[in-house]
Amino acid sequence: MSDSAHMSNDSPGKGSPQNEKDSIKNVLVVALSVCLVCAVIVSAAAVLLKSQRLANKELDRNKNILIAAGLFEQGVTLEEEIVSLFGKFEIRVIDLEEQRLLSDSEVEQAGIDVLKYDQRKAAKNPELSIELSSAEDIASINRRARYSIVYLLRKDGKLDRIVLPIHGYGLWSTLYGFIALRGDGNTVSGITFYEQQETAGLGGEVDNPAWKALWPGKQIYDADHKVALKVIKGTVDKRSPNAKHQVDGLSGATITSRGVQNLIRYWLGDSAFGPVLLGLSGRG
Amino acid sequence: MSNVKNILLNPIFNENPIGLQILGICSALAVTTKMSVALVMCIALTLVTAFSNLFISVVRNHIPNSIRIIVQMTIIASLVIVVDQVLGAVAYEISKQLTVFVGLIITNCIVMGRAEAFAMHNPPGLSFLDGIGNGLGYSAVLMMIASIRELFGSGSLFGFEILTLTTNGGWYTPMGLMLLPPSAFFIIGLLIWALRSWKTEQLERSDYKIGGHTALSRA
Repeated sequence: MSDSAHMSNDSPGKGSPQNEKDSIKNVLVVALSVCLVCAVIVSAAAVLLKSQRLANKELDRNKNILIAAGLFEQGVTLEEEIVSLFGKFEIRVIDLEEQRLLSDSEVEQAGIDVLKYDQRKAAKNPELSIELSSAEDIASINRRARYSIVYLLRKDGKLDRIVLPIHGYGLWSTLYGFIALRGDGNTVSGITFYEQQETAGLGGEVDNPAWKALWPGKQIYDADHKVALKVIKGTVDKRSPNAKHQVDGLSGATITSRGVQNLIRYWLGDSAFGPVLLGLSGRG
Repeated sequence: MSNVKNILLNPIFNENPIGLQILGICSALAVTTKMSVALVMCIALTLVTAFSNLFISVVRNHIPNSIRIIVQMTIIASLVIVVDQVLGAVAYEISKQLTVFVGLIITNCIVMGRAEAFAMHNPPGLSFLDGIGNGLGYSAVLMMIASIRELFGSGSLFGFEILTLTTNGGWYTPMGLMLLPPSAFFIIGLLIWALRSWKTEQLERSDYKIGGHTALSRA
């Protein structure tokens, strides 16, 4: 190869005989010490940077809540404003078993710190979650936490935005995101996915701003308060009477599109947020 | 002194890891849709190559031949994890866009190739420079591809609009192909062609010659 020109003459093993270097003792010593040194360096980096990484993750999640609610414009809103904008939200807890909004004292009783509550962890804890039967589990999430956080934004005393955490299985991965509804608890104001590992360029397009821009204005429920929203194959016919309940599917990503539709059907349906939304919007 | 300069600068055009050695193509296809993302990838790869060369060279006289590759891999993998952690802490947005490709530096043939071909036989200082040089060679090609892809695919460079897109009321209709991986293949191919026309000593001798047509009279 072209490197031969640079190679200097210090042959391997200068100073120590070749066979000593390849002895079993030396192999073990080198292997163990390399592992030890590398392990120390890697764990030191992981521990030292952990708090910063977690802070970034939280900031990113909060930003996604703001994007879903339409309060954050990419490239326009400054990163520094996230904290103050996010502070405008009223963070409440929904009890999904009793399907109602908990009061502050009940939240305290349940031992939940709204800023630290980790719904994903809770979903794995048998005391804080329930297992879904296969008939119920249309979003393929297996277990559901009993308590869910909801972010409410009020404007002039009236409910303006409701941001709900949603998740469900796509093709390869669980998609985690938020859906924001207007005060009527029916009209979509935005949707985001902050964590997913779908195929980049196909299912990964759930994170594409152009696709997410198709959502605002769509209606979730029909007249009987059943989830009517569908992610359809192809493009929505704008003249169709159902157009307000339909979103274009992602081309080349049928299963991811279906996953999104299923997770909406589940989380906004009767067994999850549906009844709470009716109550919140004052229609129930 | 000229030797040091050669080691540092040769990989940029004369012995470019992508152009001449055709290594590290996978990441060159994947992370070159935006210049900012490509730049972070270049910095990450240059650091990993330089430091893996340095550390491997420091211990090169103690590494037993039988476990040579696995020792190199351990050192490279540790460095990559550290880089990944640092990116997650200081440049979260970009690390999200780079996703798996930072982790895949471990399998980037440039890092492994330089460790095996150079660092195992040369002193630490020179090995470090060789790593920097090869990182720069990789970066030069990546930044060229990324600038072409971002300019024609999104009408911008480093996110600043250069060609006004029709969607923003301008005149330029973006080329969707530029944002898809195959375009990087074409651009790399054209770059290698240009490089070898300029530096003809990089042309490879063909392995065989296609014979002429058999004359009709002899058929």
